[in-house]
Amino acid sequence: MCTLRLTKEKLFFMLTDKVANGGVSMWSELLQENFFDEFQIEGISLEYNEIYLELAPENLSRALKTAHNAKSVKIKLTKKHCPCITIAVELPSLSSISRVVTHDIPVELISRRLWNDFREPSVPDFDVSIYLPPLKTVKNVLDRMRNLCHVLVLEANMNGEMNLKIDTDLVSVSTHFRDLGNPPFREGTSRHFQGQDQDPESLTEVKVDIRKFQQFLAGQQVNPDKAICNIASKRMIHIILLHEDVSLQYFIPAIL
Amino acid sequence: MKCVVAGSNVKVLGKAVHSLSRIGDELYFEPVESGLALRTVNLSRSAYACFLFNPLFFQQYDAEAPKEDSQFRCKIAMKSVQTIFKSLSTLEKTVEKCRIDLNLERSRLVFQLLCKYGITKTHKLSFQECESLQAVFAKEECVAILKAQPKLLVDTVMNFPATLEEVNVTVTGERVLFRNHLEEEQDITKLMVTEMSLAADEFDHFEAQEDISITFCLKELRGLLSFAESSGLPINIYFNDPGRPVIFSLDDPVLEVNFVLATLSDEDTRPHEHTVSGAKKRCPPQADTANSTFLSDDIDAYMIEMETTGLEEKQELPADMPSCSTERGTHHALDCFQENSGSDTESEEDIPGTPPQKKFRSLFFGSVLSPASRGPDQTLLNQEVLAEASDEDEAPK
Repeated sequence: MCTLRLTKEKLFFMLTDKVANGGVSMWSELLQENFFDEFQIEGISLEYNEIYLELAPENLSRALKTAHNAKSVKIKLTKKHCPCITIAVELPSLSSISRVVTHDIPVELISRRLWNDFREPSVPDFDVSIYLPPLKTVKNVLDRMRNLCHVLVLEANMNGEMNLKIDTDLVSVSTHFRDLGNPPFREGTSRHFQGQDQDPESLTEVKVDIRKFQQFLAGQQVNPDKAICNIASKRMIHIILLHEDVSLQYFIPAIL
Repeated sequence: MKCVVAGSNVKVLGKAVHSLSRIGDELYFEPVESGLALRTVNLSRSAYACFLFNPLFFQQYDAEAPKEDSQFRCKIAMKSVQTIFKSLSTLEKTVEKCRIDLNLERSRLVFQLLCKYGITKTHKLSFQECESLQAVFAKEECVAILKAQPKLLVDTVMNFPATLEEVNVTVTGERVLFRNHLEEEQDITKLMVTEMSLAADEFDHFEAQEDISITFCLKELRGLLSFAESSGLPINIYFNDPGRPVIFSLDDPVLEVNFVLATLSDEDTRPHEHTVSGAKKRCPPQADTANSTFLSDDIDAYMIEMETTGLEEKQELPADMPSCSTERGTHHALDCFQENSGSDTESEEDIPGTPPQKKFRSLFFGSVLSPASRGPDQTLLNQEVLAEASDEDEAPK
């Protein structure tokens, strides 16, 4: 289940950090005006003009798949047999009257007092921040490593170098990337950066479950312009995808 | 018996086998004068399919029985036939001819694929002689007749998940509505409900005397659709009240295809449909069939249901009989099945129009219910009942 938060300007899709899900969490933001011609929202009050709801993301993606050559798509919050997101798709037809497909996706509304549980996850204090190589390349490398070992060692430094490694009794494999570049720090982000004083050549390493990393890569339908990877040694990797319409953050916990 | 299929028709035959394999585990193979009939029925007897290939379909066709007095017919394992026609692209690219021969000495049905470069692939299949499998249905009696290009239905079905078991079709006024059927035990607060609405003029032919809503299995229909799509033949759909079978058919000068699928009956329409089929009494379509309750696909229930239906139809219950308040409806198994043997087969081909009342033979019990020998108070008890009737499934008194 994922949480959808609607506000006047933005849509948020969130997967919250639950141990049962393996501790992976996700946060994505979409600017409403980039997607919709018309957008109306009426929250519970003027002060809290927002809606929080929970839905099965696979339902949403399946419903929207049927709409790929649609003339128009309308998304509404409706009250059917239960609260639903109704997606009404107008498809071209052989006659003058359009074909209409509607999908009612059951949702659960989240009451006002639980809203605080869904705040943007705080950016961890990280040791290294680096741009990721093209995600397709990373995926190809990991798909092969996965057959050998389930623990991925990711190490990087502030000199644009990154290594993806696995280590077993029989084999050690390492893939090196260089000249990746490190994102410049803007006001506000530098306070999370702990590695100011360290040698830019020294590598910070973190171990993660290779399958969790793969899941993130498999889900990439948006091809991001840039992907930033922040490494918090022994705690997590924090990946930020930058795209003109969408921003997506992904948190993968470390294996100690 | 001997026949030869040549050229692109081999692929058509292969597609037919693929389509049949979606339904049953056994392929009923019956060469008759009017052509080669390939039939199957599913395990729960709720779906039946027949492909009748006209002699003109073949390069050479000879239905002559090996022994003069008897008609040859058999059933073969669907899996083995599937293997022969497994790869449609190979069939198209390399196979030039397919020869089907009967080797009586060895009791084998021999399929030979004559391929390019002089390669011949021979499959010798064991078979079991059997009775003729026939469903009797009357397309003419149907009150709703639709005709659509396969693309229309393929595009419609595409909107539903592959895992969906049953779909509900409602014809109302100038529209046709498709929606997923929800089982009673399914949690509707978790399931996505999809509905598609098509305008009547998207159909090549649209004839519905009144509003009707039926529910049937999607899996078998998908089989037919893939065949129809590749052959480009328009699909004719014939149906009646809920509980009576829906018939999908394709017509071509050299080929006739009929798929007969059971539909769910529901509590409100049940008493009426048990009256004689000639008396077209109907109750208004349900406003919301999704809420009506159904029994799950329980084979035992099918069996009982079928048997009782047979009795009732024979008894011609008065139309004003007290409506039975069974709590749930069930899938009507196709109550028009016959498994005939011997001489009366030819007279009862599954030609559309054969009245289902002629004789009721149960495929499950192998018994013949002749109307004359059955008093109105005769019940299931003097039959070998394979599954106990529960209260809910008891025939209306």
